[in-house]
Amino acid sequence: MTSSPIVALDGVQKRYGAFVALHETDLAIAEGEFVTLLGPSGCGKTTTLRLVGGFEQASAGRIAIAGEDVTERPPYRRPVNTVFQDYALFPHMSVAENIGYGLTVRSGRIGRAERDRRVADALSMVGLDGMAERRPGALSGGQRQRVAMARAIVRRPRVLLLDEPLSALDVKLREGMQVELKRLHRELGITFLMVTHDQTEALALSDRIVVMNQGRIAQIGSPTDLYDRPASPYVADFIGAANLLEAQALGGGAFRLAGGQTMVSRRADAAAGRKVSLGVRPERLLATAAAGENTLACTVTERLFHGDRLRLELTLDGAAQPLFAEMARTAAVESFAPGSRVTIQVDPADVMVFETGDGR
Amino acid sequence: MQRLQWWQRGMVGVSLGVLAFLYLPIVMLVIFSFNDSKVTSFPLSGFTLHWYEAFLANAQMLRALANSLWVALFATALSVVIGVTAALALDRYDFPGKRLFQNVILLPLSLPGIVTGIAMLNFYKQIGIPQSLTAVVIGHATALLGVVVSQVMARLAKINRRQFEASADLGATPFETFRHVTLPGIRSAIMGSALLCFTLSFDEIPVTYFLTGREVTLPIYIYSTLRRGITPEINAIGTVIVAVSFVLIVLSVTLLRDRERS
Amino acid sequence: MTLTRRTFPGFAALFSLPLAWVLLLMVVPYAIMISVGFWTRQFPLFYPDFQFGNYAQILADPQYTTVILRTLKIAACVTVCALLLGYPLAYFLVFTVRSQKLRNLLYMSVIVPLWVSYLLRAYTWKIILGTDGALNSLLVSTGIVSAPLDIFLYNQTAMVVTLVYIFVPFMVMPLFTVLDNIPRRLIEASEDLGVGPFMTFWKVIFPLSLGGVVAGATMTFCLSFGDFVAPVLVGGPDGIMVANLLQTQFGAALNWPLGSALATLVLALVLILLQLSSRLDRAGRVDLA
Repeated sequence: MTSSPIVALDGVQKRYGAFVALHETDLAIAEGEFVTLLGPSGCGKTTTLRLVGGFEQASAGRIAIAGEDVTERPPYRRPVNTVFQDYALFPHMSVAENIGYGLTVRSGRIGRAERDRRVADALSMVGLDGMAERRPGALSGGQRQRVAMARAIVRRPRVLLLDEPLSALDVKLREGMQVELKRLHRELGITFLMVTHDQTEALALSDRIVVMNQGRIAQIGSPTDLYDRPASPYVADFIGAANLLEAQALGGGAFRLAGGQTMVSRRADAAAGRKVSLGVRPERLLATAAAGENTLACTVTERLFHGDRLRLELTLDGAAQPLFAEMARTAAVESFAPGSRVTIQVDPADVMVFETGDGR
Repeated sequence: MQRLQWWQRGMVGVSLGVLAFLYLPIVMLVIFSFNDSKVTSFPLSGFTLHWYEAFLANAQMLRALANSLWVALFATALSVVIGVTAALALDRYDFPGKRLFQNVILLPLSLPGIVTGIAMLNFYKQIGIPQSLTAVVIGHATALLGVVVSQVMARLAKINRRQFEASADLGATPFETFRHVTLPGIRSAIMGSALLCFTLSFDEIPVTYFLTGREVTLPIYIYSTLRRGITPEINAIGTVIVAVSFVLIVLSVTLLRDRERS
Repeated sequence: MTLTRRTFPGFAALFSLPLAWVLLLMVVPYAIMISVGFWTRQFPLFYPDFQFGNYAQILADPQYTTVILRTLKIAACVTVCALLLGYPLAYFLVFTVRSQKLRNLLYMSVIVPLWVSYLLRAYTWKIILGTDGALNSLLVSTGIVSAPLDIFLYNQTAMVVTLVYIFVPFMVMPLFTVLDNIPRRLIEASEDLGVGPFMTFWKVIFPLSLGGVVAGATMTFCLSFGDFVAPVLVGGPDGIMVANLLQTQFGAALNWPLGSALATLVLALVLILLQLSSRLDRAGRVDLA
C-alpha cells in the first residue's frame, strides 16, 4: 500500500479474563475500500469492529485511524460512526432528530440551517424522504435500517462501521439493501468496514474480505482470490463451500482417497506420503457415463430440488464420507435416484490440495 | 366471553367479597366523616360538615399536616437524587459487593420500620443530632432509597445498551448521553418512584415515631390523638387523605403507563 | 462494564455519594444498634460494655418470650389468611377476567388501598368493631343482638383481622405478577394433553406461582411481625407484640440496651427469613421465556 492506511491495527489483542477473543492481529485498510470481516459466530469479527469503534478497549496493541493513534480514545472522539446490528435508534426521538443527533452534541455542532439541510440530504440518500417526523416505533425493519445508516453518515466519518447491517432483514429485503449499500459506498466515497457471517453478502459487496476463525485472520484477499485460491480447508469451505476429502499423496499429483480410489490434481501437489485434504467445489462434480481421469464411483443417498439445480448427497464407494454435488438438471442427472450407483468426474484443475500433516 | 363454570363463579364470588372487604372500612370512614354524631354507629344521624370544619380549625393538626408535606417533599428530593445516582452506578458497572449493596438498600423496606427507627435514633444520639424534623427527613430519605433504586434500575434494564453506544459513537460525551438518552428513558420511573416516595413518607409512622421531636408529622399527631380516644375529626381528615392518596396513585400509574406506551 | 483504570473515575464520580450516604446513614446505624445491644444499663444511664445480659434477659424472662411467641403466632396467622384471601383474588384477576382494561382497573382498585394511610386503615377497624362502632350498632339496630358485644375489639382476633386487611394487597401484588407471567400456552398444552382445570391448576399453575407466594408471604410475615400500630389500636392488654415492647424500652422504661438487643433479634429474624425466601426462590426458579 503506497498511501498510509485509513485504519491500521498493530498487534491488537482482546482478552476477557483467560479467554482470548482476538489474538494478536495486524490489519491495514486503505481509504475508500469496502472491507468485510467474515466468519462464523465467535470468530472475533465483531470484537475487531468494536475495537475500531472504541466500544472495547484493546488488551494489547495499537489502533490508528487516519494516521492518529486512537487506542486510548473513547468512541465520541474517533472519526468513525457505526451502524448497529439492531439499529439502536433512540425511541423517544423522531427520525429527523435521530439523524441530526450527532450534529446537536457539542463535538458535532453546526448551525440549525446547515443541520437541517444535511439531515434532509441524508434522508434522500437513503430513500426516506418525507419520513422525518415519524418515530422509530412506527417504521418497518427496512426503514429503521435506513435511518440507522443515515444517522451514521451525516457526520461525514472517515470510516463507516457496519455490524451485520442486513442480518435482521428478510431475504428479499436483504438483496435489495445489498444493492443500496454498494451504491452508497460509491456515492459517499468513504471507507466501509462491515461485519457479516453471510459469505454471499461478503462476496457481493467487498473489495477485500478478511476471513476470520477463532480469533485469528485465516486469509485476506479479494473475493475472487478467496474463491479461486483459498489458502486452507477452512477458507475453501467457508467461501463457496467445498467437499473436503482425506487423502494420501502418491507423488506426481496423484492422491489415494480413503476407500482406495485415486484422484489427480493439476493445481497443486504434495510430497509422497503426506496427508492432505483435497477440496472440490460441489458445482465442479460432473455426471459422466464413461470411465476416465478422476472418475469416482458413488452411490446416491439423497436428492434435493433446488430450482434450476439438483443437490445430491453421494457416498463415495469404499468410504463413509458423504459428498455434495450441485448439478444442472440434465436428463441424466434427473434420473439419479436415491440408491442408484453413479459415476462422478472432476476436472483435475478443480482439485484443491491442502496439506494437513505427515502420513506417519 | 365464555360461560363461566361453577367453580369460576365461586371464584368470582370470593374475589368480589375480598374486594368489598378491602373497601368497606374506607367507605365506613367516609360515611362517618359526614355523620352528625360523636360515635360511629348506625343508624346515621344526619349529614354535617362539622367535623371538616373542626379539623380545618385545629391549628395543631394543620401544622402537623404542613410538616408532613415539607418532610415528604425534602425526603423525596433527597431520595431521588441519591437513588438515581446509585441506580446509574449499579446499572452501568460491575464491582465487588454490588449484590450486597443492593440488598442493604432494600433492607429498610422489608424490615419492620420500628427497627430502622431505633437504629437511627441510636445513631443520631451518638453523633448529637437531636430528634427533629431534619432527622425525620434524613431518616425517610434513607429508608426510601430502595424504592427509587429498584424502580429506576428496572427501567434502565429495559433500555437497549446499544443506544448508549450509538450516542457515544455519534460524538456525545458521557454527560450528553445521560442528558439526551438516559434521562428521557428513565423519566417515567423517576416520577413514579418520586410519587411513591412522597406518599410513603407522608404516611410513615415507625421511623418518624422515634426521630420526631416537638414538631410532629400528621400520622404521629393522629396516632397520639387516637391513644387518647376517638374524635370524629379523625374521620374527616382520614377521608381527605383517602381522596388525595387516591388521586396521587392514579396519577402515578397513569403517568407510568403513558410513558411506557410512547 | 468491569472496573478498569479507564472506567474507574466515572464510577467513582457516580457512586461516591450513594456509597457514603448508605454507609454512614444505614450501615453504621444498624451496626451501632447491634453493639448497643451489648451495653449495660445502670438506671437511669447506660454505658458501653460487652455482655450478653440483655439477650439472656429477653430469652429467659417469660414476659418477653410470651410476647415474642405471640407475635410469631399472629404474624403466621395473618400470612396464612392473607394468602387464602389474596390468592383467589389474584387468580381471578389474571385468569377469569378476560378484558385487559377491566383487569387493570380491578388490579388498581386492589392496590389503591395500600396507598391510603396505614394508620387510618387500622383505625377504621377500631370504629367498626368497637362497642359503639358500626358493627355493633348494626347488629343492635337490626335486632340480631339485644346489646352491644365487646368481643369484637381489643383482642388478638381483631388484630389479625386488621392486619389481614392491611396486607391482602401486599399479597396480591407479587401473586398477580407471577400468575400473569405464566405463558398461556402452558395451560393450553396441559388441557390439550387431557388434564382438566383443577389438575392443571394444581400441577402447572400453582407450582409456577410459588415464587410469588414466597415473596408475598415473606413480606407479609416480616412486616406484620414488626407492627406496633395494630396492637395499640385494636389489640387490648393481651395483644402486646414485640414492637410495643420496643416502644416501651425506648420510651418510658428508658432501657436502650435492652431495646437494642430486642431490635437486633428482630433484625436477625427478618434477615434469616429473607435469606430463606431468596434461597427458596432461587432453588425453584424456572425460566419461563
